[in-house]
Amino acid sequence: MIYAILRRFGQMLFVMFGISVIVFLIFFATPGSDPAARIAGRNASPEVLEAVRHSFGFDRPLYVQYVTMMEKIFVTGDLTSFVNRGWKVVPAVMDSIPVTLSLVFGAAILWVVVSIIIGIVAAATRDSWLDKLLMALGLLGISMPVYWLGEVMNLITQSRYHDSWAFSWVPPLGYKNFSDDPKGWFLTLVIPWITLAILYIGIYGRVLRAAIIESMQEDYIRTARAKGLSETRILLRHALRTSLIAFVTLFGLDFGALVGGSALLTEVVFGLHGIGKLTYDALQNLDLPMIMATVMYASMFVVVANAVVDFVYILLDPRLRTS
Amino acid sequence: MILSVRDLKVSFRTDGGLVRAIDGVSFDLDESEILGVVGESGSGKTVSLLAVMGLITDPNATIEGSIRYKGRELVGLPARELRRLRGNEIAMIFQDPMTALTPVYTIGWQIAEQIRAHRGVSKSKAMERVEELLAEVNFPNPHEAMSRYPHQLSGGMRQRAVIAMALSCNPALLVADEPTTALDVTVQAGILDLVRKLRATHKSAVVFITHDMGVVSELADRVMVMYAGRVVERGSRTELFSDPRHPYTRALLGSIPPLTGEKPRRLPAIPGSPPSLLRLPQGCAFGPRCPVRFEPCEAAKPALGAGTHPAACFRVAQA
Repeated sequence: MIYAILRRFGQMLFVMFGISVIVFLIFFATPGSDPAARIAGRNASPEVLEAVRHSFGFDRPLYVQYVTMMEKIFVTGDLTSFVNRGWKVVPAVMDSIPVTLSLVFGAAILWVVVSIIIGIVAAATRDSWLDKLLMALGLLGISMPVYWLGEVMNLITQSRYHDSWAFSWVPPLGYKNFSDDPKGWFLTLVIPWITLAILYIGIYGRVLRAAIIESMQEDYIRTARAKGLSETRILLRHALRTSLIAFVTLFGLDFGALVGGSALLTEVVFGLHGIGKLTYDALQNLDLPMIMATVMYASMFVVVANAVVDFVYILLDPRLRTS
Repeated sequence: MILSVRDLKVSFRTDGGLVRAIDGVSFDLDESEILGVVGESGSGKTVSLLAVMGLITDPNATIEGSIRYKGRELVGLPARELRRLRGNEIAMIFQDPMTALTPVYTIGWQIAEQIRAHRGVSKSKAMERVEELLAEVNFPNPHEAMSRYPHQLSGGMRQRAVIAMALSCNPALLVADEPTTALDVTVQAGILDLVRKLRATHKSAVVFITHDMGVVSELADRVMVMYAGRVVERGSRTELFSDPRHPYTRALLGSIPPLTGEKPRRLPAIPGSPPSLLRLPQGCAFGPRCPVRFEPCEAAKPALGAGTHPAACFRVAQA
């Protein structure tokens, strides 16, 4: 088991290296374009172009350029944006990370807990009115676009009913650092968490219900019944455990993508300056160093999330521990 | 008498209409007796025993008749009460050991789970018992086997683990649903030895479902032959093998290659296939495939009759 985990960790490092090479090549070795010109931005003067060319080592071989670039991102951290003159890229990314992580982690806890409960209850009361109601609500959750839901949430909690007893606690939009003001951090994030989680609660609840119902058809469930176990125990100990595998797979993909910037819409609606917002702004300005850094960061998170998923697989399913 | 089934009927509502999978099955089982239930796939062997276990969970199924276990009526018993019997007094071994165990728990855990569900013992006490049980079903290294996951064991080992699990609470009745079908012949012989030995040590009565006449001839005290949801012949092992009365039983025995004498060029097979339960013939269900059918067979279903060795056939009644 330890070996399997170590091996997975090694694979993860290898994949990260591969991604960094590919991202680098896409940005700096695309034929027919001058990376220096793109980094310097539109209408850059020849002096700036020359400075960029020298600073990124574009006059030297490709592998030197790669090493220089990685050094700038990971070691010295002095990659600068030329579009926003002199803006250090790495600190900007580092400042955005806690915002996105706070948003996504909180929402993930919420959606995992709630969707597991919904999935279990719906599967246990299969075909009853409760099951149908939960699945209909799930579908509703999936169908509501997050930007629309976010705006409606803001409309209710920030303006229309802000002065009522129900929502007077909701602070104005924006992010508060956890270390400065833990209570403020929590309160500002409650509404964004709910907004982001609703979509996933719908999806995950439905997926888990389907997986549990499928598991309940398995032979080992019949064995468990023949053992004289209670239906609750059969559901929670025998069917749920094997059903969580599909759930964990989905979670790894969604979590990685969200941390990597897919929470953009939620971030924008609630005025949270996270990775998504940062990437979006960089794309608007064609800010190449910034895009490079955020893409690297996003892909790293997808890789790490997938590795974590694989660890959880190993915990969930002993069949994967050997080989 | 440990089990007494009277006029058991199981039907399923389907899109094609009502399917009567079991139509008036009756049988008795004495203490530490082995009853062999034989028949083709779809003859209702498994369904009738699942009904005894209360394991038919299909909401479209209806069960009628009477199943008495030690004098207690099981049909219509509340799920809680039935659960207390299941795994405790009545245990079951399934056909496919590959899928019968939950893949994510060790076999020790799974056996201990059953013990703890019925006996209020501590975890360590349950584990001690598991080790004894695994030794009893001939695991060479029972202590180590406890911490194995199902996928780490061979088919025969898994089936022995399933048997150990079934025996964990000393059941008075053991239902074995084709426990050797998915195994190869040498492993099969080991499992049959085990069932015989366990009958001797645990004094359990066994219902052994199979489609293998060879297995029945080795193991069963009494035999019940089923066809299309009905019992067509019943008798002691010797009666049934030396004097098969129903043409279906004779055909089944005829399709076993003989060990002595001249080798037949082709093994005789029963022509045709079992009838669809949705469109059973008016008369005898075996009629269309029967080599000795005559007029009465088309009109009515032959009754099983009484006695120690009855057969549901008009030819037998005639003789």
